[in-house]
Amino acid sequence: MSSSASLFRPMGRREAILTGLLAAGGLVLPRLHAQPAPTPIPSSAPSPKARAVIQIWLWGGPAHLDTFDPKPEAGPDYCGPFTQPIETKVPGVRINELLPLLAEQADKYALIRGLTHGVNAHETAAYIVQTGHPAGGRDVFPNLGAVVSLFKGRAAGYSGLLPPYIVLTEPQGRFSEAGFLGPRHKPFATGGDPAAERFLVEGVVSPRLSEARLRERRELLAESDTFGAALRARAPGALAAFDKAGEEAYEMILGETGKVFDLRQESEATRERYGRNTCGQSCLVARRLVERGVPFVTVNVKGWDTHKQHFQAMRRKLPELDRALSALLEDLAGRGLLESTLVWVCGEFGRTPKVQTDAPWNGGRNHYGKAFSALLAGGGLRGGVVVGATDARGEEVIERPVHPADLLETIYAQLGIDPSARLPHPEGREVRVLPSLAELPQRHGLLREIM
Amino acid sequence: MFEAPSLLVPGTAVDRLVEDRLRVLGIAPAPLCSDAVFVRRAFLDTIGTLPSGEEARAFIDDPAPDKRRRLIDALLERPEYADYWAMRWGDLLRIKAEFPINLWPNGAQVYHRWIVQALRENRRADLVARELLTATGSNFRSGPANFYRAVQGRDPETLARAVALTFWGVRLEKWPRERREGVAAFFTGLRYKSTGEWKEEIVYLDPLSPIDAARPPVFPDGRPAFIAEGADPRAALADWMLDPRHPWFARSFANRAWAWFLGRGIVHEPDDFRADNPPSNPELLALLEREFVASGHDIKALFRLILNSRAYQRSFLPPPGIEAASAWAAHASYPPRRLEAEVLADALNQITGGADTYVSPIPEPFTHVPANVRAIALPDGSITGVFLEKFGRSPRDSGLESERDNTINAAQRLHLLNSAHVLRKLERGSAMRALLRPGGRGADAPLDRLYLAILSRRPSDAERRFHEEAAAARREVWEDLAWALINSAEFLHRH
Repeated sequence: MSSSASLFRPMGRREAILTGLLAAGGLVLPRLHAQPAPTPIPSSAPSPKARAVIQIWLWGGPAHLDTFDPKPEAGPDYCGPFTQPIETKVPGVRINELLPLLAEQADKYALIRGLTHGVNAHETAAYIVQTGHPAGGRDVFPNLGAVVSLFKGRAAGYSGLLPPYIVLTEPQGRFSEAGFLGPRHKPFATGGDPAAERFLVEGVVSPRLSEARLRERRELLAESDTFGAALRARAPGALAAFDKAGEEAYEMILGETGKVFDLRQESEATRERYGRNTCGQSCLVARRLVERGVPFVTVNVKGWDTHKQHFQAMRRKLPELDRALSALLEDLAGRGLLESTLVWVCGEFGRTPKVQTDAPWNGGRNHYGKAFSALLAGGGLRGGVVVGATDARGEEVIERPVHPADLLETIYAQLGIDPSARLPHPEGREVRVLPSLAELPQRHGLLREIM
Repeated sequence: MFEAPSLLVPGTAVDRLVEDRLRVLGIAPAPLCSDAVFVRRAFLDTIGTLPSGEEARAFIDDPAPDKRRRLIDALLERPEYADYWAMRWGDLLRIKAEFPINLWPNGAQVYHRWIVQALRENRRADLVARELLTATGSNFRSGPANFYRAVQGRDPETLARAVALTFWGVRLEKWPRERREGVAAFFTGLRYKSTGEWKEEIVYLDPLSPIDAARPPVFPDGRPAFIAEGADPRAALADWMLDPRHPWFARSFANRAWAWFLGRGIVHEPDDFRADNPPSNPELLALLEREFVASGHDIKALFRLILNSRAYQRSFLPPPGIEAASAWAAHASYPPRRLEAEVLADALNQITGGADTYVSPIPEPFTHVPANVRAIALPDGSITGVFLEKFGRSPRDSGLESERDNTINAAQRLHLLNSAHVLRKLERGSAMRALLRPGGRGADAPLDRLYLAILSRRPSDAERRFHEEAAAARREVWEDLAWALINSAEFLHRH
């Protein structure tokens, strides 16, 4: 530089021109390694009652008639073999006969029986239920988990070493959960199977390498970093995001943080109580995660898209759900976490109330977006309540219809997230967390009945 | 090792303008990059493919003085060229079967194949743009007809927005209402109808749809358009944007190309042209645009002009005493950027001999791809995998350049450091086993084989001493080195 210094103008002028150039270019820094952090508009919502959400997502769409909205009086064409729903702890509230453990916990949760959006396609329905926005607009909105990751995540002071939005075990897919917020707000998907001998969380738990070898490798990586050393010397900060990501990663691999996924730290009795299957053990991991401060956990329970052999599938799946969910509620309550943890159980839609007996379905149920149910517990919401009702056959909502945006607004309210807060938009457009009642006529408003 | 201070390349017409600007700014540009850095950079930038160890070695050892120019020419003729640029254009043209674009698998395939073919033949970009802009026909038969289906609405203004973004790099929503309506009026006659075939749709122009006299079509520069009765207004719009007197398409395309290779547009972001976002070097943009038009909208000629420039061939290390961001913004050095998701996935498979399976959530024919297909060649944004999603592959929702996210995060590093997916490739991949086989001397020893295959260069003397000492002390040192190199910042960035 010394030889060429005289050829070039002094610093002062150069900087002045540069500043002008960059300002004229609209941005001060080129977008190389890090996007500018979005700054959420401060929310004016009241102080939060809930600190965390566990979303139990029943991917495929569970039949409302065979879970939380039984219709034995409609006859076998509608209720199939499930003609004996059971009374719960709350007088007058009945649920499917394969959910006896949940029946005992009915004082802890509210059942929403009037959910409706009318869409029968998985991806579109999943989008509506998880974002609250109608599909087909010009934007792909972030879902609840991504919004929580924005407002309750790192930019909002979350300092935990675990990612703020975690999904067990596979992402929900089909639509990008983070929408226009981008991959920073995508969930961390664990992969692996928590019910296996070892829960091999992708990237966190190494199937083969010893801890000593992992440490040796980490050293080797640092020692053989010729390029990084040269670049850091000339451009401090150029690899800052890369380095920080590496430290976070190693905290998960070698630090205490990753041990949250080690279910051997739980007693046999607890593991049994949740059920020794993927659904049950995922719920147990979810509890461990919120216990450590993670604000949003999704348990993605697959296998509810039961077009054929529906009732056989329900005999397998309902007892699993019964164990897992009742254990989770009981465990959270026992640890004093239920007050601050909101548990939301739902799929993208219900299933046709009338059983399809013709070939090739031979006793199946199709997609049904006109009416379906959700279960909400904890997070300051009232339990022991049923909100809304469907008709005698579960085909139409006849009382207190609820659009997914109403349900999401209720969850946001408990979290202290203002539903009219602006979201950072890549094109700078003014977009808000949820569509208002005026913008979306299908909405009916907050679930004040349970707040 | 990374720089070649004494090297001179003749450069191209762009260099005088870039260097004039640097003189005004008082920035001494970085020296040129070394041959090893160049071969890797040129491969990754031009064909989205890592050079093999053999290719890297052959280039580095080639004594010919014009070898960079010849490498550029050779890369532009490689089959991966069309795959890679169809992937990049697939982002902007939103080639995706599923939500929210919903082209449906066979539509996405037809659309993708059409783009690949155009790139392979190096068809004139003006003709490609005109065909897209004036497209009609069945989404299952006509590639370009899918352009008008790859949008999240069918009202004239939504269509106008897609056209403005794709062809002019303009965000129409930032314009005042009258000007938006003027452009939207070119699309009021566009219609869609379904056929007996499931999900097939015909895009056509309704001959009976009269132009609304109250809202006539107005060109983006404010001149009213006179459309003859029965004529397609979109053809007039195509004539307008391809007219050398106001080459909005050429300007946008040239700026995008510069941004693709140099990491930053002359207008930045490259798809945000507007009066209050002026180019950082107007003469340079004017030159690129002029050359592009004069070449007959020849994409490869434009790429050649950029790739052969000194500006493109500079070191990634910013010159001393200059803020890195300023150096990169003024093109005084080449900005390192993380590899794109697909390019990284393919590079890992090339090095290890592994393969990945990519799937679509739609259980349809047309969504099955062979197990060994390269990620850059995937035809449809809905055909994907965990790795690609984790590394910020474009969701193809909006056609904005910024949708592709090449930033790095902890989940990505976890995956590369310690996932079963990557460790399995390193342990079992046939190509990796061949790299690790013991024996050989110099370039044929495991140390050089690994460096050439992964970093496209030989180890430095210091690196050689360090690793050879380690090898004497520890077993498994080469396995660990292979792992370390694929986790290095050097490997993960194009630089």
